[in-house]
Amino acid sequence: MSDSTVRIGLVLPDVMGTYGDGGNALVLRQRLRMRGHDAEIVEIGLSDPVPESLDLYTLGGAEDFAQRLATRHLLRYPGLQKAAGRGAPVLAICAAIQVLGHWYETSAGERVDGVGLLDVTTSPQQTRSIGEIVTRPIVPGLTQPLTGFENHRGGTTLGPDAAGLGRVERGDGNGVGDGLEGAVQGSVIGTYLHGPVLARNPELADHLLARALGVDSLPPLDLPEVEKLRRERLRV
Amino acid sequence: MIGGLIALKIEPTLMKQLGHGRRTVLVTGTNGKSTTTRMTAAALETIDSVVTQADGANMDAGIVAALATDLQAPLAAIEVDELHTPHVADALEPRAIVLLNLSRDQLDRVGEINMIERKLREGLKRHPDAVIVANCDDVLVTSAAYDNPNVVWVAAGAGWANDSVSCPRTGEPIVREGDHWYSTGGDFARPKPDWWVDDENLYGPNGLVLPLKLTLPGRANRGNAAQAVAAAVALGAAPAKAAAAASVVEEVAGRYKTVQVGPHSVHMLLAKNPAGWQEALSMIDPTVDGLVIAGNGQVPDGEDLSWLWDVRFEHFEGVQVVASGERGTDLGVRLTYAGVEHTLVADPLKAIASCPPGRVEVLANYTAFRDLNTAISKGAAHV
Repeated sequence: MSDSTVRIGLVLPDVMGTYGDGGNALVLRQRLRMRGHDAEIVEIGLSDPVPESLDLYTLGGAEDFAQRLATRHLLRYPGLQKAAGRGAPVLAICAAIQVLGHWYETSAGERVDGVGLLDVTTSPQQTRSIGEIVTRPIVPGLTQPLTGFENHRGGTTLGPDAAGLGRVERGDGNGVGDGLEGAVQGSVIGTYLHGPVLARNPELADHLLARALGVDSLPPLDLPEVEKLRRERLRV
Repeated sequence: MIGGLIALKIEPTLMKQLGHGRRTVLVTGTNGKSTTTRMTAAALETIDSVVTQADGANMDAGIVAALATDLQAPLAAIEVDELHTPHVADALEPRAIVLLNLSRDQLDRVGEINMIERKLREGLKRHPDAVIVANCDDVLVTSAAYDNPNVVWVAAGAGWANDSVSCPRTGEPIVREGDHWYSTGGDFARPKPDWWVDDENLYGPNGLVLPLKLTLPGRANRGNAAQAVAAAVALGAAPAKAAAAASVVEEVAGRYKTVQVGPHSVHMLLAKNPAGWQEALSMIDPTVDGLVIAGNGQVPDGEDLSWLWDVRFEHFEGVQVVASGERGTDLGVRLTYAGVEHTLVADPLKAIASCPPGRVEVLANYTAFRDLNTAISKGAAHV
């Protein structure tokens, strides 16, 4: 491994890995390698402290119990918070938005303190949001519609320091009536989109990679199958 | 099955009536239900005649239809959907309940796996007299069975540990040490197995050792056979006879069968969820001439195929890999990022036809498998 190797932290895949979200780290690594960069995935499990030195981080969704274990671990080993503090990109999927917020309420009605990286709070909705979702991004640098599959009970309310990732065109998104999906604050991007989201949305993947590499943009990759998948999923 | 549905409308207690007086084994779990039910039926046949499902229809109507096919058979081997197990057990009062494994299935449809475990656990508590034949390598299955007084533990293997990192009883981490596991949150650990398997033999109580050579492929099926034999023995079967009977099961509703399609000898594997796919990929013969991986995303399959990214796709050097099915593009993108060279042919029959002549393995999820099976049967009728 050389100094120029980009190191992607896959945070707690053992507990936050319920919906294929580990694929996001794989997509990031492969898109770097396809462009000739050295890149590695660093898996950070429940028995490892969270390092603060990695170039970018991804977290996936989880069920209630696992979500609680993850929250406890991230509070005990605050490497992710330190990395975000210096501007390392963090991608948080589904339950990870809730874990990174101020607090979330479990389906049993208990309020659990979160990590506090995102100015959001989450409480259960009346019904679960399940299905294909399409949003129009409202973050500078993103122009293409975002496609994914949402599957969550939590409804997430944004505070003044957090912005939405996209405006919902189809589906529920954050589920609190403001028409927004996801949460963006500093270098942290949270979204309810599975799929995994970066497999379906290469522009978002490259957005994260450009920030991790400290460049404005990356040369495009010619992956016709990915474009075909986008067409199919956006058409549903 | 439609007949079963109508019959249940007319007489809601029909299942109970049809089950009355029979000695019944229920089989449930995420993966291996149909195969294990077939093996259990075969093993029970060594005692007396058995009624069982022919088609894997494992909800109320399918169960009633199966029971009605033979009113005289004193034994029954019945496959049950996990969430239907509690009320089916209440109706049939089984002598034994086989719990295979619990892992995430179609999350967009059936809910989270911890909820399923809790419902099974509550349901089993109402049946203290039943012998629970439970896989102690599976943390969630162990939790479901743990409070029952009458459990036969089988080390049937845990191919997929990803869904049981946290203890289903306390939420604390599960620690694994070799085959053993324990919860850090309290008195909950892997029980000592009464039955276990290795590559050669089946081992049972009181030093029992039986050679076990299965017709069906894969390590998971050795675990399935062990649980089927343990259940049959609980109902009085002779172990050696039961093991021999389970070993000759060779095809389960079209699964594992080999059919000739033009110049291709096609071996059909079905898998419905990440655990099943991982297991099936391990059964793929690397010397095969072509591999067709077919995925649909209809309601019975689950419309969310994100889990494909939780499956490790091996590098099939020298094998022509074809991504196929209605969601073939999802599979293609998955293979692209896995670094597996492949082509994309949406129609599974055409995908098979695109392979070099010779042996082709087909791995498909539920409706892709079903529709391909139908298409092949129709084609065969035209030959």
